[in-house]
Amino acid sequence: MATALTTENLPRRRLSQGTRHTINGLLFASPWIVGLLAFWIYPTLASAYYSFTKYNGVRNPQWTGISNYVELFTNDSEFLDAVYNTVYFAVVSIPLAIIFAFGLALMLNAKIRAQVVYRTIYFLPTLVPEVALALVWLFIFTPHSGLIAAPFRAFGMRGPCWLTCADWARPTLVLLALWIIGQQIILYLAGLQDVPQDLYDAADVDGANFLSKFRNVTVPILTPVIFFHLVTSVIGALNFFAIPYIMTGGTGFPANSTLFYSIYLYKNAFHYLVMGYASAMAWLLFVFTLVVTLLIWRSARLWVFYAGGEE
Amino acid sequence: MAVESSQLPPALADDQSKRLLIRRLKSMVRSILIHAGLIPAAFVFLLPFLWMLSTSLKPDVQFYSYPPVLIPSPLQWSNFPDAVTYITFFLYMRNTLTIAVLATVGVLISSSLVAYSLARIPWPGRNILFILTLATLMLPFQVTMIPLFIVFKNFGWVNSWLPLIVPHWFGGALYIFLLRQFFMTIPMELSEAARIDGASELKIYYSVLLPLSKPALATVAIFEFIARWRDYIGPLIYLSDQELYTLSLGIYEYQSQYGAEWGLLMAASVMITLPIILLFFFLQKTFVQGIALTGIKG
Repeated sequence: MATALTTENLPRRRLSQGTRHTINGLLFASPWIVGLLAFWIYPTLASAYYSFTKYNGVRNPQWTGISNYVELFTNDSEFLDAVYNTVYFAVVSIPLAIIFAFGLALMLNAKIRAQVVYRTIYFLPTLVPEVALALVWLFIFTPHSGLIAAPFRAFGMRGPCWLTCADWARPTLVLLALWIIGQQIILYLAGLQDVPQDLYDAADVDGANFLSKFRNVTVPILTPVIFFHLVTSVIGALNFFAIPYIMTGGTGFPANSTLFYSIYLYKNAFHYLVMGYASAMAWLLFVFTLVVTLLIWRSARLWVFYAGGEE
Repeated sequence: MAVESSQLPPALADDQSKRLLIRRLKSMVRSILIHAGLIPAAFVFLLPFLWMLSTSLKPDVQFYSYPPVLIPSPLQWSNFPDAVTYITFFLYMRNTLTIAVLATVGVLISSSLVAYSLARIPWPGRNILFILTLATLMLPFQVTMIPLFIVFKNFGWVNSWLPLIVPHWFGGALYIFLLRQFFMTIPMELSEAARIDGASELKIYYSVLLPLSKPALATVAIFEFIARWRDYIGPLIYLSDQELYTLSLGIYEYQSQYGAEWGLLMAASVMITLPIILLFFFLQKTFVQGIALTGIKG
């Protein structure tokens, strides 16, 4: 409303079209310009400042230099556990997610009956609220008596201890994360449907078999999708929070094996109220994310194929 | 194929029909193999939901029975009415709905305005703004989490819904990106014709662009609504009064020191999940297109 009034009231003749565009552009973008400053840029800078202070959220922050960072690396074994768990989770779950999502999308793309039904089913877990999903899993993965124990009991075995022992808790969470790849399956499927048929026809003429068509046509055309999946899932894995937090009540039980970076950060900020310390963790995460993303981005030249030549 | 083969000498036609048969057999075997891969996968993906549904209809004694019971008998329907009275279920649902609707309306209005500016109005600086917008997608939420909490605390907004709603009225980066991409595909001539007719930008936005962008707007609305419906960490950080709780916090109340009321908990989970699943079924196409659209950036 305000926009219409302002532009109407301005002496139109005197404003060049360029100026008018600039005014309108800024006005239309103004919610986001304010939002960007208030909810993104200011907090990012503030958290950088807090990371060099001792701050409990109530009293004024006290400048302590780099001591938060020094403390993290030299005197906090929980932090190192959290780093290890998170890196483990990212390194193991991301390649598995790519393989499974790609594989299922490939099978779905094979002009089969009931494609939509399968797609819907694969997508279903991503719609279940995380709290409900985590609690169902907790129930299913109850060692020795939950649903998951049934196949083991059928063979008279006790089965693994799943989330109740340190050796199994990490792989169990990796396994659970594979349930929520519905969005990626849809992305790959969309990518596969965009592969030009004449490329396959040309390969057929050359007498290419299924495997070489897959290697030389399908995979190269889908590398941009894999790239996108890789970048977004690195960020996703480093932010892994709700599911382990709900399943363990944020305790990191057993033996800190489910203490992920985000959980430890959250606890520092809102349970222990060491917000400067938590901000230092946040900034380390930010820098790490940037470096990894940048590395993936740079590596893209080597393996990502863009059909249109550039981009 | 059939017509062609009838014109061929009998021997050749026979040969060709044999080849056709082999090809048909081959494709049948192939599709059987594919289904053999897809069906177990479907079962695994369905499992959490099936088990949720099954447990929601079970009496206490059957929770851990062995061998596991998928379809309980008798069906304990009373878990559902019990679940909504055991906790203040409808209050939490109303709270969740209020937050989700208000945030969705806000994000739709603001993001579409900003996307219009980025896609349809040539002004210097819009590229910088667009790059900044994409950059925020890379920023882990933990970086802004603490200062935002402090800001909202100073506003006196902690323990209210405002921190969960108001920021969405200033636009969402992913949605601005999505809508911008969509607006770019609408021919510029439409805007220019309207400009020559003396229409203001707001008029063009409202009566030319928006009506043509319904699918993209629907995508944004669904994504945001579901994100807010499922949100866990937001309410966890900001809400402490029980009357303000959303479903994702309230659902904990089925657990006590004596263990969880699994039947009621699962009945509640079914009721929380069902609206989203129904939404998905009706708007499946919009959904899938929206997700595919997020990948375009590549």
